[in-house]
Amino acid sequence: MEKLFQQLNKAIMDSLQEGEYLSLGYGGENSNFTRINAAKVRQIGNVDEADLTFNFILNGRRCSGGISLSGDAEEDLNRSLTELGRLRAEVVQLPEDPYLVLPDSTDTSTNVKHGDLPDSEEIPAKLLPAMGSADLTGIWASGRIYQGSANSAGGYHWFATDSFSLDYSLITPAEKMVKATFAGTHWDQEAYTGFLADSVNKLKLMSLPPRKIEPGSYRTYIASAGISDILSMFSWGGVSEAAIRQSESCLGKMRNESKKLSELFTLSEDFSSGFAPRFNGNGEVAPEKTVLIDKGELINTLVSSRTAKEYNIESNYASGDEGLRAPVMRAGSLKEADVLKALGTGVYLSNLHYLNWSDMIGGRITGMTRYACFWVEDGEIVAPIENMRFDDSIYSFLGENLEQVTDTTHVNPDVGTYDGRELNAVICPGVLLKSFALTL
Amino acid sequence: MDLQAILSSIDVKADWVGLRYVKENTGFRLVRDGKPEANTRESKQGIMVEVLVNGQFAYYGTSRLDSAGIQAAAERAVKLADAASKFSLHSFGVEARPVAKGSYRSPYQTPADAFSPGELSELLVKATSELKVSDKIVNTNAMARTVETESHFVSSNGSDVEQQYLMISADYSAIAHEGGVTQKRTDGGLLAKSYQAGMEVFNEADVLARCRNIGAEAVELLTADECPTGTMDLLLAPDQMMLQIHESVGHALEIDRILGDERNYAGWSFVRLDDFGKLQYGSDLMNITFDPFVENQFASYAYDDGGLKAEKEFLIKNGLLLRGLGGMESQLRSGINGVANFRASSWNRAPIDRMANLNLEAGDSSYDEIIGSVEKGVFMTSNRSWSIDDYRNKFQFGCEYGKLIENGKITRTVKNPNYRAISNPFWRSLKKVGNKDTFEIYGTPFCGKGEPNQIIRVGHASPLCLFDKVEIFGGA
Ligand SMILES: [Zn+2]
Repeated sequence: MEKLFQQLNKAIMDSLQEGEYLSLGYGGENSNFTRINAAKVRQIGNVDEADLTFNFILNGRRCSGGISLSGDAEEDLNRSLTELGRLRAEVVQLPEDPYLVLPDSTDTSTNVKHGDLPDSEEIPAKLLPAMGSADLTGIWASGRIYQGSANSAGGYHWFATDSFSLDYSLITPAEKMVKATFAGTHWDQEAYTGFLADSVNKLKLMSLPPRKIEPGSYRTYIASAGISDILSMFSWGGVSEAAIRQSESCLGKMRNESKKLSELFTLSEDFSSGFAPRFNGNGEVAPEKTVLIDKGELINTLVSSRTAKEYNIESNYASGDEGLRAPVMRAGSLKEADVLKALGTGVYLSNLHYLNWSDMIGGRITGMTRYACFWVEDGEIVAPIENMRFDDSIYSFLGENLEQVTDTTHVNPDVGTYDGRELNAVICPGVLLKSFALTL
Repeated sequence: MDLQAILSSIDVKADWVGLRYVKENTGFRLVRDGKPEANTRESKQGIMVEVLVNGQFAYYGTSRLDSAGIQAAAERAVKLADAASKFSLHSFGVEARPVAKGSYRSPYQTPADAFSPGELSELLVKATSELKVSDKIVNTNAMARTVETESHFVSSNGSDVEQQYLMISADYSAIAHEGGVTQKRTDGGLLAKSYQAGMEVFNEADVLARCRNIGAEAVELLTADECPTGTMDLLLAPDQMMLQIHESVGHALEIDRILGDERNYAGWSFVRLDDFGKLQYGSDLMNITFDPFVENQFASYAYDDGGLKAEKEFLIKNGLLLRGLGGMESQLRSGINGVANFRASSWNRAPIDRMANLNLEAGDSSYDEIIGSVEKGVFMTSNRSWSIDDYRNKFQFGCEYGKLIENGKITRTVKNPNYRAISNPFWRSLKKVGNKDTFEIYGTPFCGKGEPNQIIRVGHASPLCLFDKVEIFGGA
């Protein structure tokens, strides 16, 4: 794959004319997807795909494009040159783009990580027998992911990694569920069997008769997986500098009205875990770590070079949408073993579901509790709860109502596959809240 | 590309082979405050090779389009199906892929190439300047999305279906800001104006008039009162009914969800297989149809991706649940009547049960009669926030723009209108359904579902609808 990208890159860049600037992006994957329902195979298949994106600049004007690659070098070069012709014909018709940034990064990097994955045909036999009689529904995804970037200034990056994930729900006959993800780069059958047995054990807690709780404000613990969903909301009308400047961010109040979150809340963009590449679509390499919210104070945002040019500020080489690619929330001091005791009487939430801004500018998020969620009394789990809707502001629950943060961060891999398999992960601890608003 | 010739050259041991070629060009233009933000076109193509072996389907999607590549893909798919067939959830026969022969072409007046990139870009620049009706407007956006799709499906049991679409989505939005208050207005919700249509959608006079109105309403919201809190009548405009139908009817009726396929992702459903024919889903004014033939609606087609011929069907009639949203695979698994909705987002995904055009049929109340019947209520327009639980019960939705209705009259504008309820009781509280004059067609390119994940386009049309005693509230 890298050879094809190198060949295309050279031929396309060689064909550029005076005054033309170009960035190329390569994305591809060879994946197996095995969809499981009731511990049986519902759907199975492989997908081999690759595409090449173009960001073309001439005379202060810019347009972009993308094509599918067939894997045949000659055919793909033809498609690429046709696409370049289309971009040339279009760019002269467009208005000038005052915020465009010429590709000038000459950085290069190659990062290829090899794993040890089962062959696609072996996957059903490796996964399913261990599930036994459990009612397990979920998705296995495995294979190689490729990302490349190159530009007319000579910048070049290549990233490839093997990975697998089995993201699943275990379900009791009374329809109570627990969720887990077994992910990695080297398949280990024994580790898998142990991991699965551990979640089957957790499911036993769910067989207690459920309790219905009334809407109201409760002392609440949200575990790492739930907090990872909250942190993902910061990528949508959150830490983007452009969103803040354009009145489309929940953090506008922090910038404009000196609002603060709790001193216990520190959020960074931190690539040191190595899940995602540091280069963006323009081939620019982000700093290894940027602290965004430091002890409750907004000290940095994600700034793309385009935003930097528009507002005359400095870029930190964020992606075009200025979303988090490597979010990490700092751990606190509450020992995980002491969570129930510290919670006392209240609600323990393992996972959240379907979050949305109910008032983005006000920082208010609504969503559902899901999976293993419990009513706790005097530090003891009493019963699983019926799913509840919450609706509360980050300025409350990550502000004055944030009581403690656990001392351990967990890796929550992004198992999303809308735009191909994701590489990112959210790394965060759990939080104990003095009060959290459950509304329905 | 001669798909039939490739199909007949494939040499594998399978009970059935299908090839689905998809080519899709997606153009997207975005102008912000008169300056170009994006002018892009993605051209994607590939082929989905699907086989049936020992009762198990398996697929291999590839962007390699030569016959050697397709042969190799078919061989791998056969191996996968064979390996998985020892663990099949359901053993299928060839009847899961009915024989289909035909074609479809979406309707349009003006072809996509009638507007040059320069002309369309110029219109969007003008649109943003019309949106800026005052200094209080701090951000304006105009976007146009044009999608040209061709799909060709052939199979070893004789199917041959070609379908071609031109689909246009557009949106114009303005953000107003003054004294710590920020309000946004769009053209009926983000990209809600999504149609199978041509460039006639970009009629300049019409677009610019809408933009002035959007800008004016964003400014109006700055000084509007907060939406009141309380239990009262809720009147929903068709552009919010789109979301209401989608989330609390459409997803709940997908048979693959009811069968549990989505339990690890989108969720399950409060609807159970034995509810069909029995469950009173809503009041007797509620009539929901799966209708693939509404002119210009976003998800019209002649055949689904499994080869089932699309027909109009009532899913809910006079409030009674009759039929599910399930293609042939779900119908064979469940024994429940379904519709032709087995759809894939592109060549690289296997079809699953999706909504297409899912509509609420017009009733007989006029606009005046509906408003006149309300003692106290809020009229909400244009979705801006949506969230619902994994069984499709407890939802909370927010809109951009509200009007207070008091003693049978619209009195004043309110900001940050929200409401929450539970699906069945909510639909049973439907007490007036607008007539044909209040009926409007919308759609969205962004319905997410499935593992691996798929985004697909859906259409929803509805009249005005009035609901009794709903929990309504305002902003933060
Ligand atoms: Zn949806």
